[in-house]
Amino acid sequence: MSTTTKPGVLLQMTGIVKEFPGVRALGGVDLDVRAGEVHCLLGQNGAGKSTLIKVLAAAYQPDEGTIRWDGVETTLSSPMAAIKLGISTIYQELDLVADLTVAENVFLGHEISRGGISQRSRANRLVRDLLARLGHSEISPTRIVGELSPAGQQIVSMARALSHDTRLLILDEPSAVLDQGEVDNLFRVIRGLTAEGVAVVYISHRLEEIRKIGDRITVLKDGITVATGLAAADTPTSRLIQLMTGRSIEYVFPARPVEARDQGKPVLEVRDLALPGVFSGVDFTVHAGEIVGIAGLVGAGRSEILETVYGARRASTGSVSVDGKQLRRGSVPAAVAAGVGLAPEERKSQGLLLDQAVYRNITISSLGRFARGGFLNSAAERRRATELTTSLDVRPAGVVRAVRTLSGGNQQKVVLARWLLRDCRVLLLDEPTRGVDVGARSEIYALVRTLADSGVAVVVVSSEVEEVLGLSDRVLVIREGVVVHESAATEIDESRVLDLVMEGRVA
Amino acid sequence: MSESVGGVSTPEGPTAGDGPTRDTERVERAAEETARDSGGALALLQTTAGRSLGLVVALILLCAVGMITAGDRFASYDNMMTILRLAATIGVVSIGMTFVITGGGIDLSVGAILALSSVWCTTLSTQTMAEDTHWSVMVVVALLVGAGCGLINGLLIAYGGVVPFIATLAMLASARGLAEIISNRRTQIVHVQAFKDSFNSEIFGIPLIVVIFVLVAAIGWVLLNRTTFGRRTLAVGGNPEAARLAGIHVKRHTVLLYVLLGLCCGIAALMLVSRTTTGSSTHGTLYELDAIAAVVIGGTLLSGGRGTIVGTVFGVLIFTTLTNVFTLNNRSISEQSLLKGLIIVAAVLLQQRLASRKGNT
Repeated sequence: MSTTTKPGVLLQMTGIVKEFPGVRALGGVDLDVRAGEVHCLLGQNGAGKSTLIKVLAAAYQPDEGTIRWDGVETTLSSPMAAIKLGISTIYQELDLVADLTVAENVFLGHEISRGGISQRSRANRLVRDLLARLGHSEISPTRIVGELSPAGQQIVSMARALSHDTRLLILDEPSAVLDQGEVDNLFRVIRGLTAEGVAVVYISHRLEEIRKIGDRITVLKDGITVATGLAAADTPTSRLIQLMTGRSIEYVFPARPVEARDQGKPVLEVRDLALPGVFSGVDFTVHAGEIVGIAGLVGAGRSEILETVYGARRASTGSVSVDGKQLRRGSVPAAVAAGVGLAPEERKSQGLLLDQAVYRNITISSLGRFARGGFLNSAAERRRATELTTSLDVRPAGVVRAVRTLSGGNQQKVVLARWLLRDCRVLLLDEPTRGVDVGARSEIYALVRTLADSGVAVVVVSSEVEEVLGLSDRVLVIREGVVVHESAATEIDESRVLDLVMEGRVA
Repeated sequence: MSESVGGVSTPEGPTAGDGPTRDTERVERAAEETARDSGGALALLQTTAGRSLGLVVALILLCAVGMITAGDRFASYDNMMTILRLAATIGVVSIGMTFVITGGGIDLSVGAILALSSVWCTTLSTQTMAEDTHWSVMVVVALLVGAGCGLINGLLIAYGGVVPFIATLAMLASARGLAEIISNRRTQIVHVQAFKDSFNSEIFGIPLIVVIFVLVAAIGWVLLNRTTFGRRTLAVGGNPEAARLAGIHVKRHTVLLYVLLGLCCGIAALMLVSRTTTGSSTHGTLYELDAIAAVVIGGTLLSGGRGTIVGTVFGVLIFTTLTNVFTLNNRSISEQSLLKGLIIVAAVLLQQRLASRKGNT
């Protein structure tokens, strides 16, 4: 790629590298955005889209690479510096203060004031103009933001971006919270902005939207730009999906059992489970020794399904049974007592007591086993924990060190050891390899398969389609809270799953 | 290699080990009074002396100041007992407070609960009943009132979703109000002789209330460090969501923590009633601050997840000794308060430095 800037190019990023401890989130990203275009970023979960826009918003500093703005090499030293250049970001989770008014939110951080006294009427007037420019003059500047619909709040975010003389607007999955009419209106607003010469970076998983609003497409995969400058209107879907899925790293998945298992009675039975507004009519069974995978986009309700099965959320209808016995709704202790274990999505905030010793994290769900009359036998705890960590090859060894000092993969092994200790019947794994480096992944996969072979019923949720397909025996595909597909893992491939979750139909 | 994790403290190598050992001996001598009659307390000091070194040094310094400025008036057996008797009441409350704070909560209502318990167990009808039957009726009433208030706090916080600060603030106001209504704002004199005799008795020359304090501290230490209850308390305080997803009854446990603290307030109320031979709605004023301060300078994390009973005991002893030294030197309460404030700030700053250094390595 040439390093000289072509005329009309507003932003040029070259060879951007961003590393986090143990993870190379961006391994050399190139991106150029022209004034007045809608540039779409495409990539699977974990491809590095979020990291890239955080580099652009200067929330992260890149480790390597150059950023040219208007042809001049720049370093984005702070979020304020990025805003001053004219880069505005609208995140998926809107960052508005719910209890303030529309006008107060728009000018948050650069309030209109004279001598420290805020000039509310002037601010309201300016906001009214901005909202009119966005085609939403019906929103009053004095409304409390928390009372607006998600679509209205998004407009307020955009008004805030425009209040900074924005030249580059980054939209991270803006349509996720919108219905069709609102999406059309959003597109109208975007076209109005591009007509004024504003460049837009648009991130979405919905291909039909990208075709409608986008000019050019850049595809990221595993933190690297695999294609850039593709025409949004006529690049075939099959080509895009191939670019997104083409492998650079091959994970080793353990072999599935060869002989057909005697199915018998299912261990876990989920019947017509629903959580209002999140998912409904979820129905599946898992037999002993079987791994069932759940695929779907972030926000499709995958994690919520697991948490509801586990009792951490209370289902509105439906039932969960383990070995034929129905579990009490909304009770984690009941699920744990029945032999269900969960390795939660956010390992650090939901799974572990980070400052406590490894052995305490392992025994926390089985304390009764090490106690007589309430008194704990710590020596027995440590002995049993040492056996488990040795067999799982947790490194560094030593069960009295704080869990915080372990790597992601080893922390995940500690969580698994907790449930191994309980000899659980059902294991629910939510993003089991998130934050786990490539080497340790294969170990986790092998461990999960070994568990299944010993008769445990396993449910795996993952953003990585490849992981779901490679690890599971059977696959459920979820789209917007509904199971749209169920089959043996060998009967569906990655591009079909992506088609299902992105366009709702098999191409 | 020599890092200490959780409740396990490891020796720090041959050279560094000398210091703590010698200090430990000095501590043993200095704290002989507390430890007398209880071999467990001595062993307990040895294991945690390394961690509580700062507290030990502070207490020794205070004692030195006391001996220099007040001489024999400070270093006498009688004065030691005075300090311990003072420490006992606030100490029992602080032990309970250590559990609540370690479990991620806070309780501002301990002084008010103590006042209500003291009033309720000294009403005319309670005392009449105690005289007709047995003096322990007063004990039962005080403990029930304390535990009951704790139960209300716990239910409001765990199941009502009220933040601990507000729930216990409400209890602070209403418990003291109820105490005033019951006592009609009058100081109620204890006339049950058997009660006074029992509580003011001595065991091997140690006042009973000091013995009770030592017992409560010992039970508290075992409960926090050696039982499933203690382990769950650390989990609930350290990461409530992770504790919940590990299958712990977080809400039920939270209620139990506040009930435990309420019970401690009931015990402290009995101690105060016996020491002053009165029940009054003004008893225990500002005890919440003293208890929280003692817990915090002892090394328990205000954000929960880590707690130390030994530290709390030292915290209480430091504050009580400070008061004693000031009183012996005829210094004003105002000066005491000023110094207390400075000590709290210094202790917390030190704690944060240590915590961040640990986080960096």
